[in-house]
Amino acid sequence: MNAREVVHIEAGALLRLAQTVFSDGHSRTPCPRMQMAYAVQNGSVLEARYLLSLGTGRPFTEWRVPAEGPLPSLAHQLPMLSWYEREMADLFGMTFEQHPHPQPLVLHEGVQCIAPPMLAAAGGAPLNYAPAAAWTPMLDNPAIQHLPFGPIRADVVESAEFQFLYIGESILHYHPRLFWKHRGMEKRFEGCACVPAVVLAERVSGVGSVAHVLAYCQAVEDALVVEVPERASYLRLILAELERLYNHLHYFGHLCQTTTLKVGEAQGLLLEEQVKQIIGRYTGSRLPRNLLVPGGLRRDLDLAGLDSALRALALPIDSYLRHMDNTRSHLDRLITTGPLTRELAYDQGATGPIERASGIDRDARRDHPYAAYGALHLEVPVEEGGDAYARARVRARELKESLGLIHQALMRLKPGATRAPLPPVTADAEGLGWAESPRGTLLYAVSFRADGRLARVKIKSPSFSNWRVFPYTVHDSNMMDYAINEASFGLTVAGCDR
Amino acid sequence: MPFWTLIGLRAGRATTRWPLGEGPDGQDGVLGMPRLHKERCVPHCGECADICPSGALGLGDPHDLTLDYARCIACQLCVEACPHGALETTRNWALGTRDRAALRSDAGPREDRARTAIERVFGRSLHVRHVDAGSCNGCESEIQALNNPFYNLHRLGVFFTPSPRFADLLLVTGPVTRAMRAPLEATYAALPEPRWVMAAGTCATGGYNGGGYACHNGLEEILPVDLWLPGCPPNPAAFLDALLVLLDRRPPRATAEGNRHADD
Repeated sequence: MNAREVVHIEAGALLRLAQTVFSDGHSRTPCPRMQMAYAVQNGSVLEARYLLSLGTGRPFTEWRVPAEGPLPSLAHQLPMLSWYEREMADLFGMTFEQHPHPQPLVLHEGVQCIAPPMLAAAGGAPLNYAPAAAWTPMLDNPAIQHLPFGPIRADVVESAEFQFLYIGESILHYHPRLFWKHRGMEKRFEGCACVPAVVLAERVSGVGSVAHVLAYCQAVEDALVVEVPERASYLRLILAELERLYNHLHYFGHLCQTTTLKVGEAQGLLLEEQVKQIIGRYTGSRLPRNLLVPGGLRRDLDLAGLDSALRALALPIDSYLRHMDNTRSHLDRLITTGPLTRELAYDQGATGPIERASGIDRDARRDHPYAAYGALHLEVPVEEGGDAYARARVRARELKESLGLIHQALMRLKPGATRAPLPPVTADAEGLGWAESPRGTLLYAVSFRADGRLARVKIKSPSFSNWRVFPYTVHDSNMMDYAINEASFGLTVAGCDR
Repeated sequence: MPFWTLIGLRAGRATTRWPLGEGPDGQDGVLGMPRLHKERCVPHCGECADICPSGALGLGDPHDLTLDYARCIACQLCVEACPHGALETTRNWALGTRDRAALRSDAGPREDRARTAIERVFGRSLHVRHVDAGSCNGCESEIQALNNPFYNLHRLGVFFTPSPRFADLLLVTGPVTRAMRAPLEATYAALPEPRWVMAAGTCATGGYNGGGYACHNGLEEILPVDLWLPGCPPNPAAFLDALLVLLDRRPPRATAEGNRHADD
């Protein structure tokens, strides 16, 4: 376990420590930075874990706090922790004192269960959903309209419910009510052998299949101290960047749909399709799946011709981006829409293109290099505007970076082994893995049981972070801009809900 | 200001003529579900069934390995694990069928199921209401692709509709989370008769990622299923094929002889 340094602290010292470490927020390159918090059950003892990044190139730090009774909530000091604490409260039954918003998050109002479902005592018993009203802020003015929207919405989209409180066109309050799709994915890993569990990791968030399985494999490799062969690390990078390509192209197709730029929508979706077909041709799977495994790749890939196939796409992608950038009706809808300040992005824990569009220069590929990223040149695009246009700009520039990274990797790709053997699991092995997915930093923390099977797998998806941030850009905006603003975030629900 | 219409016209036709005419289906190199060569199996081996993460491969009696495509996620782990070459990778992904049993290797030769005159009811057109009942978003990614210019589903008379009141077919993805059960059932109730239900993706057809504290075990235990399309996810061409199978505008390829593929 090399990826993180563990610090054991008592519950009574937690609040003071957080106040000391995070006394100075909002810096240009914000470190320290809280990454996630999660719970682990060891026998009858619950433990809260807080993962922090202390700086570029340094191992992560993890605070471990035994939760024998209630813990102090850190959400006043670190607002981004609010959802993590609520998740631990729902799934592990933990109590966080003085929490500013102690409503249920993952398990909706009306859920009945014999014990919090992640606890061993629950024995995997199914939840029972009884109808119950969703929490909303108190309404004391008949002019305020309440629109609960979802979980089934128009078009082919993921299930999620949105609560709007508005007057005319102006939105006073908005919050998403997610977790309709909560599948208990983290629980599913428990007791699995670490190799076949790759298929689970690939199916947490379909459009992040590579990022998820990559972070998972790296966590296992960290736990078992496995060195991945060089060829495999380059192939992993290429797969991860191909995933970013099709995701970002889909993003622009969808963004054009919301600004009613019909040809732009068709062009973005067609380019996405062309990338997916290229991925299918070279890997056997369009997303792509069924390739990564702890230790490397399940099979070698022949990528002869990939470079020229992508070169043929570079020009249409470039002119597509240029055309959008010259279309006034499109830009009018993006510029100044849904502004997110750097302070909010930092405080609420924005990640990926969202924080980079608000001036925070963070990218796990550069700051904590993995796979072959450390050997390649990567320019991290950062924008200062914080609006929908800045979010689109970051992704546009990332598209070009991805094409460049794949080209560099293909030039350096040498024949060789693609899979290292795994050593036997040592009792209580633990590991941390991460990836900069198309939507931001993705983290996997894994631990093993004495019998060599997985004990606990924590998944922190980037959309869990960005859904938390998103409502702050909706408040005081208007209904007409909502869809555009949401598209500019490029969120997924499956990864957040798990 | 770019003239988008001109850009679109200049780009020319992007849509394939498949499956009505000659043209690419867009799935070059894409792997489908493995083929089971039972004659190569060694009794009591079971290595494939041990590694199968979705319960598609079962070893009932030691001589009788069964493969159920409705539960297969095409992960290819069995192909890698089999020491006897009894499982083979294929390009068989177009597995849409109205006959659940046709997806099982032990089903034997089958008669074509009686047709329910769906064409008489709807002509050749179909309106679809999609419901995500807990997918990983992989199925949605591929369903959304149906409306990209390459597949252009509208040319076949198939449309997605926001309102279940206007829908003929309820297309469901995911194993059905316990939270989504009530909204799903309410949507089904809102569909006018006659109505059809499609289970899309192996979560819905076979309960992959189902069970546990948060999920049911696939669509079958919630709603009557009329059209099965396993895949993880099914690719857009497989979706397109399955929708035409429902409309009797295309013969099902997973039929007749258990899960032997018509193209074999």
